[in-house]
Amino acid sequence: MASVATVDHFAVEPAAREARVAWLLALPAIVLLFLFILLPTLAVIVLGFTDFELGYAGFRFVGFENYAELVGDRTFLRSLWNTAVYTIIVAPASIILALAIAMLIEAETRGRAFFRTVYFLPVASLLVAMATVWQFLFHPTIGPVNAFLAFFGIAGPNWLGASGTVLYGLAIIGVWQSVGFNMVLFLAGLTAIPRELYAAAQIDGAKSWFDRFRLVTWPMLGPTTLFVTTISVINSVKVFETVKTLTEGGPNKASEVLLFTIYQEGFVYLRVGYASAMTVVFLAILVALMFLQYRVLDRKVHYA
Amino acid sequence: MTTTSLSIGRVARLTVLSFGALIFLAPYIFMISTAGKAQSEIFSSSLWLIPQQWSYIENFSKALSRVSMSTLLINGVIVCALIFVVQVVVAIPCAYAMAKLRFQAARTMMVLVMIGLLVPIHATALPLYVAFDRLSVLNSYLALVAPFSISVFAIFLFLQFFRAIPDDLIQAARLDGMSEAGIVVRVVVPNAWPAITAFAIFSVVAHWNDLFWPLIVVTNQDYATPPLGLLYFRAAEAGDDYGALMAATLIITLPLVTAFLLAQKRFVEGITMTGLKG
Repeated sequence: MASVATVDHFAVEPAAREARVAWLLALPAIVLLFLFILLPTLAVIVLGFTDFELGYAGFRFVGFENYAELVGDRTFLRSLWNTAVYTIIVAPASIILALAIAMLIEAETRGRAFFRTVYFLPVASLLVAMATVWQFLFHPTIGPVNAFLAFFGIAGPNWLGASGTVLYGLAIIGVWQSVGFNMVLFLAGLTAIPRELYAAAQIDGAKSWFDRFRLVTWPMLGPTTLFVTTISVINSVKVFETVKTLTEGGPNKASEVLLFTIYQEGFVYLRVGYASAMTVVFLAILVALMFLQYRVLDRKVHYA
Repeated sequence: MTTTSLSIGRVARLTVLSFGALIFLAPYIFMISTAGKAQSEIFSSSLWLIPQQWSYIENFSKALSRVSMSTLLINGVIVCALIFVVQVVVAIPCAYAMAKLRFQAARTMMVLVMIGLLVPIHATALPLYVAFDRLSVLNSYLALVAPFSISVFAIFLFLQFFRAIPDDLIQAARLDGMSEAGIVVRVVVPNAWPAITAFAIFSVVAHWNDLFWPLIVVTNQDYATPPLGLLYFRAAEAGDDYGALMAATLIITLPLVTAFLLAQKRFVEGITMTGLKG
């Protein structure tokens, strides 16, 4: 019988054959992983130490010259600062709003699916397209936002056109776009909390809505909140689409953000070496954020 | 007593939720409304939603004539489909080998996957661009798809899913004389549909929306994806022809939004699963 033959076959050539098959199955992934992730990452680190420019034949190693230039580069420093400001607004706002909306939806029995759909809609929409719509909404003279403000006698600013407000305008778009994603994760986290815990808390004297939140919801949501926080911060640091579409870093570099500066330096001015050094800084920020997450995960979170 | 306080709470809750929903929907409402307004009307009455003079046909024909919307949408579908298929075909066998076979390199692979998860396309873009330029493959589907052929996230997600498949099932298939490749196709994949659908949604949403990489490797309109095409359209439009612009955004947003509305449950489940595992 065929099956008996296979058993024998396995018994004769045990581990070696299985290992060979495993290598074969994993090979395409390993090759592509080296080709498109590991090698380019190493290359970007090496390129950061060169003066390589696209269009010029040779290049030479310049040590830390690029990094020395970065420290005094006002555009780059401005860009780091703007990215930080954007992140400090968008990440907390989208987390808190998402948690609030998720808790309201969870507590409500009617219209759950409807509200979930509405708040999630921006996640499924093309950001470049919706950014264009927001540009219209924010238009200083014909835009509905300022028309609405004028209704209450408030003179609206030139949202995306003035250096004082452009980051806030972009931040509003960023929050609008990311709340739905966070909300869905919080909803999953909330459904996983056992109902008995709330009953137990009530018996123990947790009377108000806030007590229940403080004693049950918040601690039980720990892992979800940590994850949502990490992903929100990383996504905010990666802001690019709205800036490229709407402001091109302007006016007056007021919305110059990290990825846009890298894009501009590397792919428009073609200063690959210098842009690579910027990319290394960008990567270092991501690594630091992940490291921070692991540290917090180790200490604070109650269960995993 | 409790019923009244309950209903007051509910009224407050529903009011807040509805008000928020209105704000979140406002961009869509104004998009649809403005796409039907004539230029003069857009510049006069901004809060009145219903166009006084319906200009949908004019605006849509303008949007369709400037940039070939069908090319954009077809490019978007081709690129997203190619990326997804290659990612799955590459990741599933690898994840299976790591989860279920005696594979000495599994531990090293896991470390590489974790490193890979940290590195976004933005970090590898410069060397890849230089390489693609040298190989003269810029402005092609190859350039758009190749860097995403490997998804470490897919490996990570499938790995967790495959570990839950009982070993007995795989052993039984072996006893039936199936090859390891056969097991992947006929036992593992059918058992992993939830993970594959979830990953499909994650992958398509990410790449349909991606502007960064297409912007770098494509300068020829024939290969433009929807976000890039819209950027071209905006540049060609130059002025404030918001009617045509809104018509164009409407056309380009519609496919994914329709897909989402038709398969909401899948979408939300998919994002939750990929989100929490990531």
